[in-house]
Amino acid sequence: MFVLLPLAAVVIRSGGDGAAAFWASVTTREAVSALELTVGVSLATVAMNVVLGTVIAWVLVRDEFPGKGLVNGLIDLPFALPTIVAGLTLLALYGPKGPFGLSAFAFTRLGIVLALLFVTLPFVVRAVQPVLIELDREMEQAATSLGAGGFTVFRRIVLPNLTPAMLSGVGLAFARCMGEFGAIVLISGNLPFKTEVASVFIFSQIESDNVTGAAAVSVVLLVVSFVLLLAVAAAGRLRARHED
Amino acid sequence: MRTSRRARLGLRTVALAYLGLLLAVPVAMVFYRTFAHGIAPAWAAVTTPDAVHAFWLTVVMVAIAVPANTAFGVAGALVLVRRRFPGKAILNALIDLPFAVSPVVVGLALVLVYGRTGWFGTWLADHGIQVIFAPAGMVLATIFVSLPFVVREVVPVLREVGAEQEEAAATLGASGWQTFWRVTLPAIRWGVAYGVVLTTARALGEFGAVSVVSGKLAGQTETLPVYVEQAFQNFDLAGAYAASVVLAALALLTVLSMNLLKRKEVR
Repeated sequence: MFVLLPLAAVVIRSGGDGAAAFWASVTTREAVSALELTVGVSLATVAMNVVLGTVIAWVLVRDEFPGKGLVNGLIDLPFALPTIVAGLTLLALYGPKGPFGLSAFAFTRLGIVLALLFVTLPFVVRAVQPVLIELDREMEQAATSLGAGGFTVFRRIVLPNLTPAMLSGVGLAFARCMGEFGAIVLISGNLPFKTEVASVFIFSQIESDNVTGAAAVSVVLLVVSFVLLLAVAAAGRLRARHED
Repeated sequence: MRTSRRARLGLRTVALAYLGLLLAVPVAMVFYRTFAHGIAPAWAAVTTPDAVHAFWLTVVMVAIAVPANTAFGVAGALVLVRRRFPGKAILNALIDLPFAVSPVVVGLALVLVYGRTGWFGTWLADHGIQVIFAPAGMVLATIFVSLPFVVREVVPVLREVGAEQEEAAATLGASGWQTFWRVTLPAIRWGVAYGVVLTTARALGEFGAVSVVSGKLAGQTETLPVYVEQAFQNFDLAGAYAASVVLAALALLTVLSMNLLKRKEVR
């Protein structure tokens, strides 16, 4: 009740003026460009996440070095750090007033991706890590003894075992990217048609009292996140059955 | 896999460099910026009346949202694991919805229900209750976004411990409450504690949903994260950094307790 009632209000409000009005609201040039940008930066972010998240998980499980426990603990920091602080933090280092005086990141799409990488860092790492720990190393040893090289072993044996975990991490990270607001709002500069993502667009529509427009774009986000959730849940069930 | 030494060193370098540039250096930077001119100016920046008010309002949010979500989370997890009912799979997926929904959309949803022109708006106004642009709405927003944490942590633990001990207690004549307090709760306590830590972290830091429903009135409806943003927008960098450091310190504390609890859970 507590969750569904308000969300239902958004859906109903978005369709309040008829389907044509809903369609008109989500197809304004600004709304379309915001949604396109959001999907684009989210895809870029999860693509980076898959590769680097898996590398980090692998290093944390298979490698040994001093300070590993500390690094492992810090992975969860983006979940604990308030998103607005994350945004400010990145701006402090990579903004025009930072020590490098970089303006390549602040108020650009690159900056948005950077912010998203920060907040979604733990998803893939924490999804892959337990699977990698459980993975039977005898398979890999057998492959090596049969003459397979390191890369072949990874591609043919490790990767297929990790894929379901990677996908569920990616699904969650993508859902997070689509809706992220706090970390982005400071670093993106929120220029319409350039660096305005969907959540920031919705916020500015609420501020300018265009609630119907805000609700319409919200519904698009809601549908995406709901589909992703169901997909991740289905993938999880599939994996559970596979293990049985 | 007998990875060559060079490949392993390469991967380690990539992973650590990435984590350093993305995580460690930026966070260290904020601490450095805050204390660059010593502790006194930083202390002055976080003890302005608005900042202090924002801090206490945040504490109030946490003090209401965390117990509410803990009670709901434990009850919800018990229902999800121990009961069978039609639509259980759907409910299971819906529980996670607050994680997947954009915080801004959560804020909008609350405005549409409790706002002036919302579903309950007229009724609330007639009774002189203000929810939107008031702390009540901010509490609702905070509860909403941190709802799933305790459920998610307790469900797997409940599955793991099974229902046998509870059934044994019941056959020995224990009432439902006695079974819960004496058998179930001690078994799931670390799961609950872990969920509480995550809920607290989220409740402390929620920005998007709260900023939509709060109206951002300085000294009235500003939580600490909203204060950070407002200070930054008003070019009060010292205030923004100092308040950020308070939040970052709390986040580090959260991560520390998460790691300690995980170790306990494993044991």
